[in-house]
Amino acid sequence: MADPVIVVGAGPAGIRAAERLVEAGLRPVLIEEGARDGGQIYRRQPANFTRPPQALYGSAAAKATALHATAEALRPLLDWRPDTLVWAVREREVLVATAGQAARLPFCALILATGATDRICPVPGWTLPGVTSLGGAQIALKAQACAIGARPVFLGTGPLLYLVAWQYMQAGLRVQAVLDTSRFALRVAARRDLAARPGLLAQGIRYTADLMARGVRIVTGVTPSGIEGQDRVAALRWIHADGEDERTPCDAIGLGFGLRAETQLADLAGCDFAFDAAARQWLPVLDQDGRSSVPGILLAGDGALARGADAAELAGRLAACAVLADLGAAVPAAEPESLRRRLAPMTRFRRGLEAAFPWPAPLAAGLPDDTIVCRCEAITAGEIRHAGTALEAPEVNRAKAFIRAGMGSCQGRICGLAAAEILAAARGVAVEAVGRLRAAAPVKPLPVLTAAAP
Amino acid sequence: MAGLLQRVAETGRRTVAIEVDGQALSALEGDTLLVALLIHGARLRESEFGDGPRAGFCLMGACQDCWVWTAAGERLRACTTAVAEGMRIVTEGAPWPTP
Repeated sequence: MADPVIVVGAGPAGIRAAERLVEAGLRPVLIEEGARDGGQIYRRQPANFTRPPQALYGSAAAKATALHATAEALRPLLDWRPDTLVWAVREREVLVATAGQAARLPFCALILATGATDRICPVPGWTLPGVTSLGGAQIALKAQACAIGARPVFLGTGPLLYLVAWQYMQAGLRVQAVLDTSRFALRVAARRDLAARPGLLAQGIRYTADLMARGVRIVTGVTPSGIEGQDRVAALRWIHADGEDERTPCDAIGLGFGLRAETQLADLAGCDFAFDAAARQWLPVLDQDGRSSVPGILLAGDGALARGADAAELAGRLAACAVLADLGAAVPAAEPESLRRRLAPMTRFRRGLEAAFPWPAPLAAGLPDDTIVCRCEAITAGEIRHAGTALEAPEVNRAKAFIRAGMGSCQGRICGLAAAEILAAARGVAVEAVGRLRAAAPVKPLPVLTAAAP
Repeated sequence: MAGLLQRVAETGRRTVAIEVDGQALSALEGDTLLVALLIHGARLRESEFGDGPRAGFCLMGACQDCWVWTAAGERLRACTTAVAEGMRIVTEGAPWPTP
């Protein structure tokens, strides 16, 4: 029997991809690192929690429940593998680990729907307990019914900043401030691209208006200068656009600056990457249907391009159509055409978001020498500069070899983008000139079992 | 001292007893280990590089900054591991395994 199609990641893109493959009569393998399907944005709470979908997903409750229902209906029709980490990709097979057991799974085609994490710019003091990624702050609320603190500050940029602050306010927490590093004028300048999705734009405006109406402070164009506290967060120091210093007491900080695609598996599969100037990130090179440069390897969802959950559902289905067509199955031309047409405004909206809420490259490049950039190995901005100047590391992998920035167990997921900005600035070159961190298997730590002597 | 995290709902769940650094601690069924520990405290581990306590960061299995040890010498990622009755967790660095 021919090897199956494998889909990695059971979020919006992966579920819709698997659904389309099943419709065509295939029995794909759907692999999910977490225990439940849904992904991060439609993340499910544990089975014994009782809050209704409306409380978890707000205006997206119908979409979330539809996606979860599809995933449940698909379960007997595919090879469903939750709690399973894909830790490497080789020629026509993935290497997986489930509950301490490793296995090799061959595939005829692979759809990577691995999602995204927060794009993080470090701030002095950000390793203090109480500082959490914005996505993490949302997961705490959604999947665990917990807040990161009673008096949080949300710092960063992007739509998630306002959404999470709004969700915390709705949950009854006293949000101390929403501090956006992007100037408001950028939003105005990007209005044409943002208008490509009027519904989402209106929703964003409503969150902001609600926060302001309830007296939550929103300041744009800020520069964070440091997080204070003894063994836990006590305050954030920041600078207004006009240069005035301020100190905001708080017991938690949610930090995030947009999204960063999770691309390690595509890298291990040998896919070509190109520098995306809008996001200042290296992203896999894809055709309009999600095919990478490697035959049989496709990407969909935020792990390919951060266009959000609606686009992920369409892109997942589109990638499945491409796989089917490449395998010689009949796919009516109207279907991919319709999916591409519906994705076009979402691609444009994403461009608007990157322009309105840019990654704060100058902030990263200008971090003080003693600020920890790599949390895994406590590597400072000064050490990265030293690697670029005295040690003459011309690119990030050389710097990693010299000083271990990006060598830690997260493999540079958290610090990689900021470290590249620091290295590039130290060398006086454009950030794309210092390259991108290469992925290494295993892409996440695997347990090593050493049995005790009897 | 109050914990880092605050429960805002779902407080009627069955309790689960665990042990952290030798102290009995009560969690709720469905809690991740990270939540169980940070409802009561403000740290999960010490940075191996001497820069102080850590309490996780991403909460989605990406940053690897919330690994804790069990008393038996197993390592667990606290944000993606559910609490289970009788778990014995050590936050002060690698223990000598005591099964």
